[in-house]
Amino acid sequence: MKARVYVTLKPSVFDPQGHVVAEALVTLGYPDVKDVRQGKFFEVELADADPATANLSTDAHRAKVEARVTEMADKLLANPVIESYRVEVLQ
Amino acid sequence: MKFAVVVFPGSNSDYDAFYAASHVVGEQAELVWHKDGDLKGADAVILPGGFAHGDYLRTGAIARFSPIMAAVKSFADRGGPVLGICNGFQVLLEAGLLPGAMVRNDRIKFVSKLVPIRVEQTDTPFTAACASKQVLNLPIAHGEGNYYAPPGELDELEKNRQVIFRYASAAGDVGAEWNPNGSLNSIAGICNRQRNVVGLMPHPERAAELALGSADGRVVLASAVKALESVSR
Repeated sequence: MKARVYVTLKPSVFDPQGHVVAEALVTLGYPDVKDVRQGKFFEVELADADPATANLSTDAHRAKVEARVTEMADKLLANPVIESYRVEVLQ
Repeated sequence: MKFAVVVFPGSNSDYDAFYAASHVVGEQAELVWHKDGDLKGADAVILPGGFAHGDYLRTGAIARFSPIMAAVKSFADRGGPVLGICNGFQVLLEAGLLPGAMVRNDRIKFVSKLVPIRVEQTDTPFTAACASKQVLNLPIAHGEGNYYAPPGELDELEKNRQVIFRYASAAGDVGAEWNPNGSLNSIAGICNRQRNVVGLMPHPERAAELALGSADGRVVLASAVKALESVSR
């Protein structure tokens, strides 16, 4: 199973790169651009052979993968002081 | 006394720190590889500047998994003086030895220049030989030195006098015009609650002799010598 993790700076943290990208888009002829937040994207592939999940229903398996990848995001992929993240489990 | 200077793959100020500690301050110093498990009996530890592990993921994020960091953490927990310089400061933040985080400089650019910083507190092992409100001219060289802490945590830092260095004017005034990277409250360096772990973005080891444009950085390492002498006395 695969999961995607989207990491962005928290709304309360100023994003200098996003700000510059937004300004560039306005200069490029998109005056309606109000703001851009830049982030990171991870695609995590997990082995399917985990015996702990082998006999689970698809939903239960997904929930397990989501919990596991959320833990990874918390521990490493995002810095919870400044970043927030969203986990999406794919088939 | 003896300094240990940790060498991560991608460190680039490791030898500068070693040289400043050994040749300029005149104490023993040893370079310690990040895969080593112990600090070779050092009395103080320096995490140097550079780009540890290529700054992959986030600055300092991977270095926290280097085997030597377990020894650094237990040394710090026992009250041992630890100094993180620039990337070393970022490593201490990611390792949770100091609070807060770094984000990209507010003007995006990598900033490399000599800047004045004001010493806010002298009761840490790396400011013990400084005068209160002393202004030091030190070089900065970073792209992510914009210090951030959530509002409540920032208040705590100020209340506990954990802000050790602030960007300032040559006369020691603090304000947005002298803040090179957008750091909250013009923070250039902080310490932990126990005050033995200090991190700063400017490079004292790169300004330890007049030939380098400033010798103001010498006092930061000399402070450790003074602090350890007063402990052993």
